[in-house]
Amino acid sequence: MKLNISKIIWTIVMALIGVLFILPFLWMLSASFKPETDVFKFPIEWIPTHWNVIENYKTVWSGQFVRYYWNSIYITIATTIINVFVCSLAAYGFSKLRFRGRDTMFVLVLALYMVPPQASLVPQFLLFNWLHLIDTHIGLILLNSFSIIGAFMLKQFFMGVSNEYIESGKMDGAGYFRTFWQIALPLIRPGVATYAILRFIWTWNDYQYPLIFLKSKDLFTIQLGIRLFGDQYGDVYSLMMAGAVSAILPLLIIFAIGQKQVIEGISLGGVKG
Amino acid sequence: MKRTNKSISLSMGAKEQVAGYLFVAPLMIGLIILTLIPVIGSLLLSFTNWNFVAGIGAIKFAGLDNFARLFHDSAFMQSLVNNLIFIITVPITLILALALSILIDKHVYMKDAFKVVYFLPYISSIVAVAMVWQVLFHPSFGPVNKTLMSMGIANPPKWLADIDFALPSLMMIQVWILLGYNIIIYIAGLQSIPKDLYEAADIDGANTWVKFRNITLPCISPTTFFLLVTGIIGTFKIFDLIQVLTQGGPANSTTVIVYELYDTAFNQLKTGYASSMALILFLICLIITGAQMLAQKKWVNY
Repeated sequence: MKLNISKIIWTIVMALIGVLFILPFLWMLSASFKPETDVFKFPIEWIPTHWNVIENYKTVWSGQFVRYYWNSIYITIATTIINVFVCSLAAYGFSKLRFRGRDTMFVLVLALYMVPPQASLVPQFLLFNWLHLIDTHIGLILLNSFSIIGAFMLKQFFMGVSNEYIESGKMDGAGYFRTFWQIALPLIRPGVATYAILRFIWTWNDYQYPLIFLKSKDLFTIQLGIRLFGDQYGDVYSLMMAGAVSAILPLLIIFAIGQKQVIEGISLGGVKG
Repeated sequence: MKRTNKSISLSMGAKEQVAGYLFVAPLMIGLIILTLIPVIGSLLLSFTNWNFVAGIGAIKFAGLDNFARLFHDSAFMQSLVNNLIFIITVPITLILALALSILIDKHVYMKDAFKVVYFLPYISSIVAVAMVWQVLFHPSFGPVNKTLMSMGIANPPKWLADIDFALPSLMMIQVWILLGYNIIIYIAGLQSIPKDLYEAADIDGANTWVKFRNITLPCISPTTFFLLVTGIIGTFKIFDLIQVLTQGGPANSTTVIVYELYDTAFNQLKTGYASSMALILFLICLIITGAQMLAQKKWVNY
């Protein structure tokens, strides 16, 4: 294969721009490896001369941080499972089953999609206050369990499933749920994986709902937890950066595993939030 | 024989009806309770004067008072202005994203690696990313200002702590976060342009600029339009970045509608007044969506 000179030059130029673009990440990583006294040394030591990795991360990972991390992990996993289940049920109903009022209901869902989430925030809070769901993880999981974007996305995938498969399920005497669970859902597994990964990332990163609906520090998620760092350790930036790295790490792992799905999912029609 | 067939299919139809409702029920119930009823609630509460802590008995009907107050509320008016200024980030992101996505799509090796690099800020937690920028932008010992000072700039701006620079700093971070998302969508759009259009233009001897102007730009217009509209609506929903970095300050220079709403509802406990802000936010998003539907026919080539 002939190498294209202009393509090589552009690759180098773009690589330089790319490095510049992720410089904040590199700085964060490097600062989290250093003793505090070296963090603001200038010129910047991108590769630390003194390493303090183990001490920094050990300090961060002792105490409350572990609890915040655990809270985030199980809330995110529970939310993702419930959300994907609820959305795939609805998506299947809207795309593969015929029932009266289906189109009207779908128009209602479309209309609700235009409502900015913050427009319903105050009454949501009042409702949860009345139901005693404020400052509970169940409340937080419920808030993120119903998403229109998920129903839209999975509906697109279901529409690609040939009706013959669904009919064959009926012929075999499978009920509606079994047809959905054992035939239709496995057929759109890549689509479900794509959406599940996106939902995981969005839930892990959710800041607004935990900020408003959680009060007790014991219940905090990682996003609220790293905000408390200043209070806990003063302005110790090496520790703050180690906390930030730890908060991003699961996302990087998930993204590394599902990179292709995430990018395909995002391109699929521009999914967001 | 015919009759039994019909009754079987009828009962199957009826079963499918029930199954259909059961399948969509969880989502519909969730949406009705968590979105539809609260939005109607916001609408009703916006005409009241109420602190929810005082209990339901303390609700007072206030007519349009809240809305009249909003227009004399300097912090809220400032938040509207700031939201409008924030819209500038959308075209900036679009232009940068289009340029980079064309380069990534056609002119470089290792396309996937570039997609990942530009996408990193978008998937990272905003709180963590905001903390990093807070340190980078630190007025006295942050790396940004140290670099500027070493380049001979004696008094670099105080960035997030500077009344004139805080909003532009936030806007810059916002562009940085959203660029990757826009690039991914643009690359998908670019790849859907039929190759033979370019081949035909090559035969006609068209240069790169002519091809960009007459093929790429028109063919990509639905993508641009989509990103423009969702981007503008997105700027009105911005909250996390502001709450973590500036809390609307210094001196309200970075406050936005959602931050005002949050502060009014959950710090000042003015439930009715905050609801009127929620209604304004809803109306703005509705107007943008409406304008989109009207403009779509005029501007977009399908």
